[in-house]
Amino acid sequence: MSPRRSDAGGRIDRLRTIRFIFDGAPYTGHAGDTLASALLANGVSLFGRSFKYHRPRGVLSAGVEEPNALVTVLRGEVREPNIAATMIEIYDGLTAVSQNRFPSLSWDVGAVNQLGGKVLSAGFYYKTFMGPVFGPLKGTRFWMFCEHFIRRAAGLGRAGTAPDTARYERMNAFCDVLVVGSGPAGLIAAKAATDQGARVILAELEPHFGGSANWSGEVIDDMPAADWAARTAGQLEGHDNVRLLPRTTVWGYYDGNTLAALERVTDHKETPGKGEPRHRYWTIRAKTVVLATGSFERPLVFPGNDRPGVMLAHAAERYANEYGVLPGDRIALFTNNDSAYRAALALKKAGAAIVAVVDVRPELSSEMRELAGEAEAEILSGHAVVATEGGKALSGFKVQRFDMESGALSGDARSIHADCLLMSGGWSPTIHLASQAGARAEWNEALQAFLPPKPTQKWIGAGAFNGHFKTLEAILDGRNAGLSAVGATGTPMAYPSIESLPGDPRPAPVFEIKAAGKSFVDFQHDVTAEDVRLAHREGFISVEHLKRYTTLGMATDQGKNSNIPGLAIMAEALGKPIPEVGTTRFRPPYSAVSIGSLAAERFGDIKPERLTPMHDWHIANGATMYAAGLWYRPMIYGLSGETIEQAYVREAKATRESAGIVDVSTLGKIAMQGPDAAEFLDRVYTNMFSTLAVGKARYGLMLREDGLAFDDGTTWRLGEQDFLMTTTTANAGKVMQHLEYYLDVIWPELKVHVTSVTDEWAGAAIGGPKARAILAACVTGTAVDNATLPFMGIVRGKIAGVPVMICRLSFSGEMAFEVYCGAGYGTHVWEALVEAGKPFGLVTYGLEALGTMRIEKGHVTGAEIDGRTTARDLHLDWMLSRKKPFIGSAMMDREGLIAPDRLELVGLIALDNRPLNGGAHVVEVLDEANPHDSIGHITACCYSPALGKHIALALIKGGKARHGSRAFVSDPLRNRFGPIEIVSNHFYDPDGSRMHG
Amino acid sequence: MLITCPYCGPRDVIEFSYQGDGNRARPQPASQNLDAWNAYVYDRLNPAGDHNEIWQHSGGCRAHLRVVRNTLTHEISSTTFARGDHKSAARHKAEGKS
Amino acid sequence: MAEYSAFSLLKNALTGNKDWKPAWRKPDPKASYDVIVIGGGGHGLSTAYYLAKEHGITNVAVLEKGWLGSGNVGRNTTAVRSNYLLPANTRFYEHSMKLWENLSHDLNYNVMFSQRGCLNLAHTPAQFDDLARRGNAMRHLGVDAELMTTADIARLVPALDVSGSARFPVIGGLMQRRAGTARHDAVAWGYARGADRRGVDIVENCEVTGFLRDGDRITGVTTTRGEIRAKKVALAVAGSTGRVMQLAGIDHMPIESHVLQAFVSESLKPIIDTILTFGMGHFYISQSDKGGLVYGGDLDGYNSYAQRGSLPIVDEVMSEMLALFPGLARVRMLRSWGGVCDMSMDGSPIITTGPLPGMYLNCGWCYGGFKATPASGWCFAWTIAKDEPHEFNAPFTLDRFYRGLVIDDKGQGATPRMH
Repeated sequence: MSPRRSDAGGRIDRLRTIRFIFDGAPYTGHAGDTLASALLANGVSLFGRSFKYHRPRGVLSAGVEEPNALVTVLRGEVREPNIAATMIEIYDGLTAVSQNRFPSLSWDVGAVNQLGGKVLSAGFYYKTFMGPVFGPLKGTRFWMFCEHFIRRAAGLGRAGTAPDTARYERMNAFCDVLVVGSGPAGLIAAKAATDQGARVILAELEPHFGGSANWSGEVIDDMPAADWAARTAGQLEGHDNVRLLPRTTVWGYYDGNTLAALERVTDHKETPGKGEPRHRYWTIRAKTVVLATGSFERPLVFPGNDRPGVMLAHAAERYANEYGVLPGDRIALFTNNDSAYRAALALKKAGAAIVAVVDVRPELSSEMRELAGEAEAEILSGHAVVATEGGKALSGFKVQRFDMESGALSGDARSIHADCLLMSGGWSPTIHLASQAGARAEWNEALQAFLPPKPTQKWIGAGAFNGHFKTLEAILDGRNAGLSAVGATGTPMAYPSIESLPGDPRPAPVFEIKAAGKSFVDFQHDVTAEDVRLAHREGFISVEHLKRYTTLGMATDQGKNSNIPGLAIMAEALGKPIPEVGTTRFRPPYSAVSIGSLAAERFGDIKPERLTPMHDWHIANGATMYAAGLWYRPMIYGLSGETIEQAYVREAKATRESAGIVDVSTLGKIAMQGPDAAEFLDRVYTNMFSTLAVGKARYGLMLREDGLAFDDGTTWRLGEQDFLMTTTTANAGKVMQHLEYYLDVIWPELKVHVTSVTDEWAGAAIGGPKARAILAACVTGTAVDNATLPFMGIVRGKIAGVPVMICRLSFSGEMAFEVYCGAGYGTHVWEALVEAGKPFGLVTYGLEALGTMRIEKGHVTGAEIDGRTTARDLHLDWMLSRKKPFIGSAMMDREGLIAPDRLELVGLIALDNRPLNGGAHVVEVLDEANPHDSIGHITACCYSPALGKHIALALIKGGKARHGSRAFVSDPLRNRFGPIEIVSNHFYDPDGSRMHG
Repeated sequence: MLITCPYCGPRDVIEFSYQGDGNRARPQPASQNLDAWNAYVYDRLNPAGDHNEIWQHSGGCRAHLRVVRNTLTHEISSTTFARGDHKSAARHKAEGKS
Repeated sequence: MAEYSAFSLLKNALTGNKDWKPAWRKPDPKASYDVIVIGGGGHGLSTAYYLAKEHGITNVAVLEKGWLGSGNVGRNTTAVRSNYLLPANTRFYEHSMKLWENLSHDLNYNVMFSQRGCLNLAHTPAQFDDLARRGNAMRHLGVDAELMTTADIARLVPALDVSGSARFPVIGGLMQRRAGTARHDAVAWGYARGADRRGVDIVENCEVTGFLRDGDRITGVTTTRGEIRAKKVALAVAGSTGRVMQLAGIDHMPIESHVLQAFVSESLKPIIDTILTFGMGHFYISQSDKGGLVYGGDLDGYNSYAQRGSLPIVDEVMSEMLALFPGLARVRMLRSWGGVCDMSMDGSPIITTGPLPGMYLNCGWCYGGFKATPASGWCFAWTIAKDEPHEFNAPFTLDRFYRGLVIDDKGQGATPRMH
């Protein structure tokens, strides 16, 4: 038997023993235990170290708000840091380690920070480390030197670098009513709504439904509350219209009544079931939300309140009633309200000795006196705890007479021996989700708590969330909420029979006992009451300043324990009531959410891969692939032993000498039909399209509305009212959206329909002196001679039995054709073309050779149409029609867009015959040590097999005026400097005789 | 945030692309009034409150919608087809269904 | 002795920390000032500080609607860098960088500026060329930049997935070593204290409700704390620019207000020692001194004055994070928040006189305002004091859009959400 396990009671399965490891030592617990309850049962009191002072800490709570007992869970190589031991269900083989200590939890050298206590006050870092004004540590260097050590001391757990092999899943759900929280209020709300036939989701962050019913020790409808909760949950389970989500934290309340929830599906299992994800991320769209999220008990602030063994009263009650664990043998309580008396009695019943109930209130009700008497506890009313004693575990505490009105202590301090001190500072409704949904919380003086704001979205509160702390109120509340959530009005309900202990929910307005010693407000971040007062002295008095200056409420519990006590201490310092100090707005998430769950199905698969119809062929035929946005395209088809440069030079050379073929399926393709299609094109393109003959194609340029170049491509007129537009690969989506916008919003009167057909067509460009002969050898149903298929002409025919469209246009500068067929036949047609080309020496070429040939020709791509260049900058002003307005025409002549110092497209030739680099700059005066006065940059470069030189396209100030002049390439990043000649961007066959054939 | 597309019904904001201030009037194509063009291209109403906006249902029917949305609360008070008149909206619907 | 130092800390510790003075006074506003700065955020406070320090103008009030630093200076991802492409931006942000490098001294307030570098990743050769172009542009203006190979990057950020099997393999990156992070709130508080000690009145909880005018000329403001007159009224209200300009009767501006979310994880032992940006999406991450991973991504993408975000961006950002760091799937997101960004039509700011007589305008910071804080205030103070811009902010006029003189680092045109 574990040292602190009670003989009976609790909802654990005492027949099932679970073995687990904490900090290397083996322990046992029972099924149903949390790591916290199991370790407590084993007599462990030291769970962790605090953030700043590395003070020893025990477990404070029994739930999600735990600030102290954070551990790292290990699953093989995979680490999961900063998990509250109170939220970990133990399983066989569970391995956890404590954090933020070196060398061990018991002996932590970081605890030396405690010696600097007064110096390490709030704002410490801002007031020093400015360092010397001169020398190697001047400026911010001294801080960086110190920061190195500070960073290593800070931080909680250590994250792993081994890839997480778990799977994460996303689910979308829709319901009439989402009930958050399954205490009595939530259960009844879910039941009421379900009985009305509504679609209901009930989410509970703990493993079991029932909330406080699981440990309150109350009796509902003549059965133990825990059994009542189990029965009610069981009744819900049978309904088709209910989805029960245990271990599910609703963490975000977003616009449109959309809520985000995290279901921990397999964290409590040794081995996940087949196909089970680790976490499931729910996006729930609820017509109405019932918030039955309960409340948190508040700690009291007094010297030594952080010593292991000091715990929230309800947490101890819960450990006793739910887990059969006694956190101590000699237990005392310190309270400002009645709820602690129930805890005292529960612990007494579970077998502990209750040595004292210290109550700040001078007068106690007779009921409380009776309860204390029943617990055989000494009553110390009008007293307060002023110190705790012990090392890493509590051995006792001191009390003094306390005046609630003035806060004054009097009389001699008396020592009381105890190994566990429970505190209760009143209760705060858990209003986080309501706060996220919009409005400001409202202070309730009687309850000394912020109550939920008025709804800004569709939610209804129930139970302790509303400040209705009694079970009877909660059940009535829940029923009303459940009914009104579905618009029903039930008949007045018979009051359920509830046996509970008496108690007034109104606490005394006491939050802090001022006495010598460190009194903690934020446990994890070691923010003390003195820190709050220092913040006040220094003017950090708004609640946000308080939070940011002291880090109060910024720890992993996000202020669930510290917010109200911190506010109260500031309010007292200011002499103002608490609501005038304000409350911080809660933001998602309610509690921390695994990043894996949020990435869900995109974890390991961030974006889709776009593959052309011929992708597999390229791979099978030796292509090295290249990522272009989401697309994969062949870069080269290298032969063994070839470098990239050797490969593309061979491919480009062969194309210019005989023929080459390249996959152009990635080009954007937009089908455009309708009586106004030609008119629309005239407005969209800078040049004229209404004059284009059927069966012909034209190269077109689009501007943005602001007059800068947007995209280019060819558009084919397939019929009087039928066009096929091509766009650059990168801009396919943008151009489509651009066209749709104008048709839908600006010119709805135009009768034009646009359809994206990028994925419907496979495309191959075949070019070179032999290209026509190759086509002639494999195309049927049409001739491909110059008369039938002139430059920019279009014909339809068949290749290997498949209908194709062929347009004679050229990007490479050679006599070239683009062949399109249905995407499903892409490989078939491609193979036929390759086969037909064999006798002619046809090569397949990739993007590198494509780029090389386009640079030789001086064509522009996205590297030049980069959103900052005009048609003139790119020497495309010949395409700007003066006969009609077009998108961008009114704006393109503004002063900045025609300024003489704009960057213009030119060609560069390396005079030192060495390779150039993309992104290198160009200067008139070379200064390798201190490069300056760039006149432009290289946009694309290659070794030109046609010229036998290293060449580049560049955008250079002055542009054309510099043709024939010399300058220098200046690339300090890669230490490449050297002389260049600036030339026309048309390096090769400038009059186009080759492509015109 | 949910936007109720008049054609597709309520859909998550992830399906839509924002096209900005819906109050801007594009000058006639042949207009040479540079101030009007500048205002159209660069100036925006940016109210804190109800805003008349254009959204495209890009992950759905691809219609452009005129949405009145509160920029303080993100509440949407109306959604109509940007094409405006009922006829064109109806035509859009008919085409979408065919 | 400096007010803040290791000695003063020690001395005060011995006397129970009872003698610290407020970091700034809480004065009631006077009836008139030489200059009113609307907006008690980073830029407004630094403007006031430099007005006093550089130009001797101390009869200044900073009016803040809520609590000081409640705008974007208190809700950003704290990156400081000057790695821009276009010279106008690079020069301005480099000036800012130089001010940052000595800021803690200058303010006698440790803003924890930590020059741990900013690394932009490239995933395709074209992207690598783009980064090279930018890095070379920086080098030609005397700004530090270097290219890193995948092997260099793997050594610097061991947790990063640099395997060739990643969906977007890392092929290299551009590093600015002098870039870094700073403690955002401390920047606001340090400037506030510095301005206050020089005589500037910082008035919190004072919302401007309208402008006082004499004809066209702005002569002061009406506020929730009464009328306040001033010879010069300067706006530094970032995301609220549209709202405040509307009070002056100007409805249309080349600005849209958008919400940008940011996230922080639970505190971890050091794992990322630089600022890192993803090339195949919009994602950036660093780690705070407290150990939280601080990260963010794209704008939500629609006009908003609500400091709250939407879920799709949350999902997007997290998936981008795990594309780079698959080992962090079990780390947990602790906190998220939204800031309202004043997105301009070219992604660059506006620091100018006007547009009305007596008015001075500072806005359009998109989501780059934090790093600009020192230079923004420095240049704005110059512009207010001298009624003309300094050469660093001369390009950042309001009429540059109309004249075609945009400074469009991303080349996205007049689409604010894309910058």
